[in-house]
Amino acid sequence: MNAFPPANELFGGEASGGDPRHRGGRDSEHRGRPLVEARQVSVQLGQRRVLEAVDLTVHAGEIVTLVGLNGAGKSTLVRVLLGILRPDDGTATRAPGLRVGYSPQQVRRDPFLPLTVRRFLSLSALVVPERVAGALGEVGADAILDLPMAEISGGELQRVLLARALLREPELLVLDEPTAGVDIASQGELYDLVARIRDRYGCGVLLVSHDLHLVMAATDRVVCLNRHVCCSGPPRTIARDPAFVALFGQHLAEALAAYPHQHDHRHDALADPAPTGGRA
Amino acid sequence: MWRALAGGLGVALAAGPVGCFVVWRRMAYFGTALAHAVLLGVALGFLLEIEPTLAVLVVCFLFAGCLALLERHSPVAVDTLLGVLAHLAFAGGLVALAFMERVRVDLIGYLFGDILSIGAADLWLIGVTAAATLTAIAWQWRNLLAITIDPNLAAAEGVPVERVRLLLVFLLAAVIAVGMKIVGMLLVVALVIMPAAAARRIATTPEAMAAAAVAAGAVSVGAGLAGSLAWDLPAGPAIVLVAGLLFLAGLPVPARRARP
Repeated sequence: MNAFPPANELFGGEASGGDPRHRGGRDSEHRGRPLVEARQVSVQLGQRRVLEAVDLTVHAGEIVTLVGLNGAGKSTLVRVLLGILRPDDGTATRAPGLRVGYSPQQVRRDPFLPLTVRRFLSLSALVVPERVAGALGEVGADAILDLPMAEISGGELQRVLLARALLREPELLVLDEPTAGVDIASQGELYDLVARIRDRYGCGVLLVSHDLHLVMAATDRVVCLNRHVCCSGPPRTIARDPAFVALFGQHLAEALAAYPHQHDHRHDALADPAPTGGRA
Repeated sequence: MWRALAGGLGVALAAGPVGCFVVWRRMAYFGTALAHAVLLGVALGFLLEIEPTLAVLVVCFLFAGCLALLERHSPVAVDTLLGVLAHLAFAGGLVALAFMERVRVDLIGYLFGDILSIGAADLWLIGVTAAATLTAIAWQWRNLLAITIDPNLAAAEGVPVERVRLLLVFLLAAVIAVGMKIVGMLLVVALVIMPAAAARRIATTPEAMAAAAVAAGAVSVGAGLAGSLAWDLPAGPAIVLVAGLLFLAGLPVPARRARP
């Protein structure tokens, strides 16, 4: 990987307001050093242009959430940032020696592969086996330590994947759809957990999520992706962004703009049947 | 006869752990495609006047490399691609052998195996292949498991996914090339997947499953050869029959769970 550009250059670019899409700035108290950065990244998969000149930076200590409709290129962008996929155009850089904890949407859980949760968690090269039980306790899933991976539920799997990512003591935590298959009560818990992890480890967090309501409550910066970055900023301002409204619809955007940016999880907005519509 | 037993056990030793990954990663069809390249190797062996088993090994390696690369950029569905190339290689091999008027090839021997004709050179090749396969699998065990569970997760954690995947494909090619001598190209994939599938019933960890697969393979070879000796059965099919019966016998047994 290329050497990471000096931090002042990155911040200098944003402070001068050169990019009108970055109307954030107020959340900069969370920001530490840049961990990963995509610059003008374009990806072509087969005949399809999946990403088009995308810029994205995740700093230490901030929670950035990627939102977008199906096929918007969210997972592809994550794969580019992690260095799994090489962009056709543009560059993706990571801070040298960056420790990444990654939780994919799914992993193979073949009943033919005899693998307990404990064993799955100790597979990662950096993991000390003694810490496995503790990490699972931290995500509230210690009861399933010795169950086969093939038998745990989708929600339990998300916790296990999060525990595995945490075991690497990550500087950057990347969570792809961490609330998939998680019931609505536990979703709030999970986001609280992510926020606590960020506070405790000071790591940067890159989230991919469909769940707009929870995103608004537990994110520092929302990046709305639709092949290109159509808008980005702190949750409350982005809900009023015309590009965001155009993408997700007037009704949903209004509901989100009214939603308080707190971590108390009064799920007023969730009482409305809108969440099913929100799951794009 | 002892040569046959030693050769069979050698192949079972390598086929056990490789077979586990074939079962976990659902590569059985990939293995079948590889086996179809055997005759092409035999033809090449006669053409270049080298040991046929060695030529088969080389051709299986080349074919495996081509398949693995094409799989990633396939213009058609992967199973269609494998089906086309497998039978292309098979037909090509048959035609190539038919062209060589001076050599008479024991086609049945290659199709169904001829374990009783194993020579000293074959035994050496099987021994070296088994040792190399086991060493490579033990060396890359953690990475192999990681790419089996999730290639993206493995890649994010720094596993060289493509290289490990290619290694596994080459190991499978090696096992097929030497296993072909035991049970023939039409049955060799059975020797790879049946013991591994049977082993799942008694294993609670991936390592135990690999070991149990070796044991199941060894039992199949031993019992198959014994049956062939006692009742004059064809050895290769007898071995596969035992392996298949082991798998079927295990089906009613619930898969074992790990005890905390």
